[in-house]
Amino acid sequence: MNAFLQLSTHSTYDLLRHLADSYGLAIMALVFVGLCLWPFRPGGRAASRDAALSIFEDDSNDA
Amino acid sequence: MDSVLPRTGLWLAALFFAVIATALAADIGFAVHMMICAAAALIGLVVTVRGWDPAAAIRPVDTGRYDDDLIRLGVIATVFWGMAGFLAGLYIALEMAFPQMNLGLQWINFGRLRPLHTSAVIFAFGGNALIATSFYVVQRTCRTRLALPGLATFVFWGYQLFIVLAATGYLMGISQGKEYAEPEWYVDLWLTVVWVAYLAVFVGTLLKRSEPHIYVANWFYLSFILTVAMLHLVNNVNVPVSWFGSRSYPLFGGVQGALVQWWYGHNAVGFFLTAGFLAMMYYFVPKQAERPVYSYRLSIIHFWALIFLYIWAGPHHLHYTALPDWAQTLGMVFSVMLWMPSWGGMINGLMTLNGAWDKIRTDPILRMMVLALAFYGMSTFEGPMMSIKSVNSLSHYTDWTIGHVHSGALGWNGMITFSCLYYLAPRLWGRERLYSLRMVNWHFWLATLGIVFYTAAMWVAGITQGLMWREYGPDGYLVNSFADTVAALHPMYVLRVFGGLLYLSGAAVMATNITRTILGHYRDEQPLHSAAFDPARDVPLAPPLAI
Repeated sequence: MNAFLQLSTHSTYDLLRHLADSYGLAIMALVFVGLCLWPFRPGGRAASRDAALSIFEDDSNDA
Repeated sequence: MDSVLPRTGLWLAALFFAVIATALAADIGFAVHMMICAAAALIGLVVTVRGWDPAAAIRPVDTGRYDDDLIRLGVIATVFWGMAGFLAGLYIALEMAFPQMNLGLQWINFGRLRPLHTSAVIFAFGGNALIATSFYVVQRTCRTRLALPGLATFVFWGYQLFIVLAATGYLMGISQGKEYAEPEWYVDLWLTVVWVAYLAVFVGTLLKRSEPHIYVANWFYLSFILTVAMLHLVNNVNVPVSWFGSRSYPLFGGVQGALVQWWYGHNAVGFFLTAGFLAMMYYFVPKQAERPVYSYRLSIIHFWALIFLYIWAGPHHLHYTALPDWAQTLGMVFSVMLWMPSWGGMINGLMTLNGAWDKIRTDPILRMMVLALAFYGMSTFEGPMMSIKSVNSLSHYTDWTIGHVHSGALGWNGMITFSCLYYLAPRLWGRERLYSLRMVNWHFWLATLGIVFYTAAMWVAGITQGLMWREYGPDGYLVNSFADTVAALHPMYVLRVFGGLLYLSGAAVMATNITRTILGHYRDEQPLHSAAFDPARDVPLAPPLAI
């Protein structure tokens, strides 16, 4: 067991469990919310429209 | 060609090692597998030395600007493995209804044919569809040819070898006994090599794109490739008994092993059968409807919500087991939350037809896509419901689960794949249209009726089974023995066979249609819909009464 994991006075499980319940959970939730809000940034509407239409541009030779 | 010599050397080395491994094999199954590898190496050697090109026979005159040889092969492989997988499914359904069909042979009993069926439909049919469509979509949306075309060829043929090794292994009784992860350690290692090559080709193509934005379908394909790699590696951490034997033991035991297996198993559903096929949906539905996706921003939320939630849902497969209660509840809660992104995606796909709903009447391919999305919605509602502990206490271990899986697999994965094949075949072979649109219509109705018979029979069977198992008499003893439930389910099992027969017949109609399309035939047929001219009714609307 390396030094980092030994910092816990209880067990590796205990340490990981607390990490998952606190900072880990908060970071995951924030990243998720950030990613979901990203398409709603200023200019996001136009960028999304362009992306949605991109599959129809210049598709004469799609075959 | 200057590369023939080193490639010949590689094939010779592979042949050499396969023959040595056959000689040293600890068991007969491993020896047979190494002989298959040797045969594959020999074929590769001959093809290389003679300079044959397997894709040339089915290549049209005008090949277009993209690298489509493998996609053409993939379409054929998907149809072929689909037929094989559906046929195996029909046969094991017959075995369940009429056990005499085992014929007393160990190689074809239900226990061995069942993984053959599931692997054939999921990994051979679904996997080939995913590889072929991902190569098709990534080139078109990135407006570039495949990166590393040689490696891409290896991915296709290497994947077919994986399928053959897995399927023959099951028949010989070689299995890890882990659902959807039955192949043994050496087949797993081979698949790892193939999959890393697949990732390299896909990411390489994304990197050399000439389009600034990566279209959302590619996000789904990439998440499917990456997550399946991760799941496969973690769930198959096994120690072989012998380097020349087909037996191995997993590193994780007991409840940890069970959790890892169902973390794998459920995410195989989530990332192989959902994310990968949603990628097909996000490209082919807008293309067939000739309208952009309803909301691109919703597709991105759909993507992230699916990724963040699916990965935690696995423990719902282990309700009321030795798994800690909090982990079971976690799996249940995430499964219920998963309902939202699933329906968001379904609505996004269906609403793409906004303003073009009339096409459902005139375009059987688009109708097939809409049915696929409807089944996606139905099974992603049923799934969260079944993951609720109190529902699961009735449904688990019963045929309800089988019904649920098939409404998803036949309805969602099957129908979206069929419609993509119908989209691809005329375009890949430079045909004006499919051989027959009326046969697509026949396929649609045969498959739909087949699914209705199958799932309805299994719902009734599952709930019957669950209620009979839990029925106590006034004396405090169970009312039914297990054999009583088996007898009660027999009519449902026969109905399932009928449903499967309809679904297979529909697929046979498709196989004919696609084959004739490839051959360049056009069926002389009436159009599906014609608005006949009726002079009596073809008059302008009456002017409004009051102005």
